[in-house]
Amino acid sequence: MKKSWWKILAVVLLLYTFIAGFLIQVPNIGNLNQTIRNLFFHVPMWFGQMILLLVSMIFSIRYLRSGNLADDIVAREYARIGITYGVLGLITGAIWASYTWGEPWSNDPKQIAVAIALLIYLAYFVLRNSMPDMDKRARVSSVYNIFAYFIYVPLIMVLPRLVQSLHPGGQGVEGNPALGGQDLDPTMRLVFWPAVIGWTLLGVWMTTLLIRISKLKEKNWIHA
Amino acid sequence: MRKLFLLIFSILFSAIELMAQNTNDTSVMASNGKIYVVLAVCLTIFAGIVIYLIRIDRKVSRLEKKND
Repeated sequence: MKKSWWKILAVVLLLYTFIAGFLIQVPNIGNLNQTIRNLFFHVPMWFGQMILLLVSMIFSIRYLRSGNLADDIVAREYARIGITYGVLGLITGAIWASYTWGEPWSNDPKQIAVAIALLIYLAYFVLRNSMPDMDKRARVSSVYNIFAYFIYVPLIMVLPRLVQSLHPGGQGVEGNPALGGQDLDPTMRLVFWPAVIGWTLLGVWMTTLLIRISKLKEKNWIHA
Repeated sequence: MRKLFLLIFSILFSAIELMAQNTNDTSVMASNGKIYVVLAVCLTIFAGIVIYLIRIDRKVSRLEKKND
């Protein structure tokens, strides 16, 4: 266990998330009832994904500046776990929607935009694997990764807020009331933010494992 | 490291167990629409995942040491 204090922190925060997330009193909002507790599990997937993909993009920029293949490996693995979180977020969102919006996939702008965003990131891996030359692959996919992040943020954050959407944040919500800022109950806030940090740290832990394995495997190619 | 986690989890579960034993029929586990049962299941799954992650972590550490 290398430098493990933050791994312990992740486990403790998530234990807290599960226990408090299941047991605290939650406000009754709209037709959500108890499903509001999903806020501690579904939403942190997206927060975690945004942070992981941001780190991925930063390492892509670092690669372009340094030309060090190790940076490209880091960027790749952060994108990998970021996508994993995104897929989990999409699935959990669909489960939640089945019981609050009436169907798992209602072609809501949020759902469509998020699906496109995920496809853009999947294309990142298709692009990577289409190039046998390592330096070229790292350079082209780094540029693509930076582009992908800046199209990803408007897709999942901005566009769904500009149009009518069932998802909180959308215009003229007919389904659920928005659950942003002031609407978030103070006790829920006490669980929500630790949950975000905990899930994100767990993602970072998994990513560092992938990075270390990749570096072991690709040791001969990294000049650093 | 692993012992520490095992300790945390065993304390946690014995605490739930103890609370359950203190009250007979209306035990904690069965109260509140049996939500504690769901909690126990989720915590068990989470414990399994964490222990698995720790084992991978140690395995990678060992490989790294051998490769140096």
